[in-house]
Amino acid sequence: MSNSSYQSWGRYPLATQQVRTPSWLKDLQLQVENSTVLPYGQGRSYGDCCLNDGGTIIATSELDRLISFCPDTGVLRCEAGATLQQINHFSIPRGWFLPVTPGTQFVSIGGAIANDVHGKNHHSAGTFGRHVLSFELLRSDGECMRCAPDENGEMYCATIAGLGLTGFITRVEIKLQKVAGPFINVELVKFNSLDEFFEISADSAGKFEYTVAWMDCLATGEQLGRGIFMLGNHSERKGELVESGWKNLLTVPIDLPGFALNKLSVKAFNTLYYNKQRSRTVQIVQYYESFFYPLDAVQDWNRIYGKRGFFQFQALIPTVKGRGAVRDLIDTVARSGRASFLVVFKEFGDIESPGMLSFPRPGVTLCFDFPNEGQKTFTLLKQLEGIVSESGGALYPSKDACMSPDSFQQFYPNWVDFKEYIDPGFSSSFWRRVSQGEE
Amino acid sequence: MKLVIFGATSAIAMATARRYAEEKAVMLLVGRDEDKLGDLRNDLLTRGAREVYSYSADLSVVDQHEKMLEQLDSILPDFNAVLIAYGTLSDQELCEQDFSEAAKELNTNFISAASLVARIANRFEARNDSAQCKIAVITSVAGDRGRKSNYIYGTAKGALTLFLQGVRNRLSASGVQVLTIKPGFVATPMTADIEQGPLFASADVVGKGIHKAMESGKDVVYLPFFWWGIMFIIKSIPEKIFKKLSI
Repeated sequence: MSNSSYQSWGRYPLATQQVRTPSWLKDLQLQVENSTVLPYGQGRSYGDCCLNDGGTIIATSELDRLISFCPDTGVLRCEAGATLQQINHFSIPRGWFLPVTPGTQFVSIGGAIANDVHGKNHHSAGTFGRHVLSFELLRSDGECMRCAPDENGEMYCATIAGLGLTGFITRVEIKLQKVAGPFINVELVKFNSLDEFFEISADSAGKFEYTVAWMDCLATGEQLGRGIFMLGNHSERKGELVESGWKNLLTVPIDLPGFALNKLSVKAFNTLYYNKQRSRTVQIVQYYESFFYPLDAVQDWNRIYGKRGFFQFQALIPTVKGRGAVRDLIDTVARSGRASFLVVFKEFGDIESPGMLSFPRPGVTLCFDFPNEGQKTFTLLKQLEGIVSESGGALYPSKDACMSPDSFQQFYPNWVDFKEYIDPGFSSSFWRRVSQGEE
Repeated sequence: MKLVIFGATSAIAMATARRYAEEKAVMLLVGRDEDKLGDLRNDLLTRGAREVYSYSADLSVVDQHEKMLEQLDSILPDFNAVLIAYGTLSDQELCEQDFSEAAKELNTNFISAASLVARIANRFEARNDSAQCKIAVITSVAGDRGRKSNYIYGTAKGALTLFLQGVRNRLSASGVQVLTIKPGFVATPMTADIEQGPLFASADVVGKGIHKAMESGKDVVYLPFFWWGIMFIIKSIPEKIFKKLSI
């Protein structure tokens, strides 16, 4: 891959950086003359937290070796460049599954830790970081430290959700969860209003391990807040892994012109998707890849958004402010005319996140995609940021490309404590943006 | 099967070894760096390999080969399959100016590999279970025709291909499989400085192909398969025309 192909998923902003791709941990070199470094996993962060414009990134894709696995306890040790997909392919046939998984399996374990990712089971399992028993961290001065809750505990908490700034995670130890096979028992429930969303969310939390809703945010008035809830549990049904080689033939090889995704085309999709399900509740059994990673089936789907790229706006609105602020956000989006293709809603549980800069906290999280249409999009994002700020919520750094330093510092008051754990040889475009140039 | 992999820490070797690990194979990894061999060993054992041993050596030192093979035999007695997967990508320009560099490349990529093949061929031929034995060697499509951009590497690989052809003919009666593996462009540390195009394959795809070819008793395999077609055309171009091309 050429240097310029190491960008973020939203492809905004673009970065110019030097790229190193060590094949072995032994070859890892963290000191680069006249340059800071940043680890780069699979580049699935949307904004600029995986970029180091003007500096060097160290791609971890070849540091993917497994180290050991205990079939009785489900404890897996591996190098931090291993992807969740590689781990799934290894562990599922052995009866084990990731304890927490985000919406794509093309994420490295190091990246999953650096962003303290969350999944559809946050209400029952918390964030990814909670299941990390320990990891080894290499600093630019050559120091190698083992971090665990009871060993270098503060560096452990700084590195989880630490956006790759505290050092290079080399090896990781995680605890998987036992499963019978690769299938999920899924219930799909239609709902017609925001109030109904909250009802189903509360009702399902104790019965289903995985819950997430898709909402049609272009539907206004009476239909505001209509959507489909996806509720899932691991199935007892056994099965073999499906060789997915053929699936990757479905790809978006070119950048679609920017107008391909506008308000009208999105509205049509939304209506179809919602009305496709005729009855109120449908029960199906899904293969895990279809349930957890539907978008992974289309390689390079980010190209649907065209060359200008796109923004993902993921916010957390705390429980106490709940519906009012959520309604404000949806109204503001609907009135702006900016189309959002995928709008995901989920209520987080109250299991505490282990990282100093972890995003999940009790409340509801919503996630909008906006094609980059220039100033109009920026204006909308700023308005939405204001609503989130007023509600006492937060924005997710992994998705963010434009929150202001003031907002970041308000959303993450621990940033002051976090600063002292940053490795002086490491930096990122995101950090320089939100910390006002401080390191 | 007891498989010895020479150049085990190369990307393609690792991809092949992983496939064998999933089948609970017994393997002996030979390479220069003990730490890297250790990392690889853990990976293969975790993935299901029944036993994995390692041995560090510089394979370009030909007069150590006999002694090394005896030591390998004491670590993994009666090993009956080998994969030769090491090599260096020559700096063509440097080799043109300084023949001692060219000679070094020819030694690493041809002489040393041929030396291993020759000694192992003798061992395998003499065995009772010779029909179960396998010798698999990675050469290259670059060995199919001499091109100005890469002919030192091409010569070494081409010579090796020819050598293997002779050995295959000789060992046919005893049933030993002699597999010539010809990859095209592969995205590995060896090609890190080359601009990658659509013809580049991943080490993983090539590793899968090697495993399949070894298990199905093939003689020669181009990886990915479409290189057979490309090289067929390249080889058919008359010399009068080819000598003027810049490929």
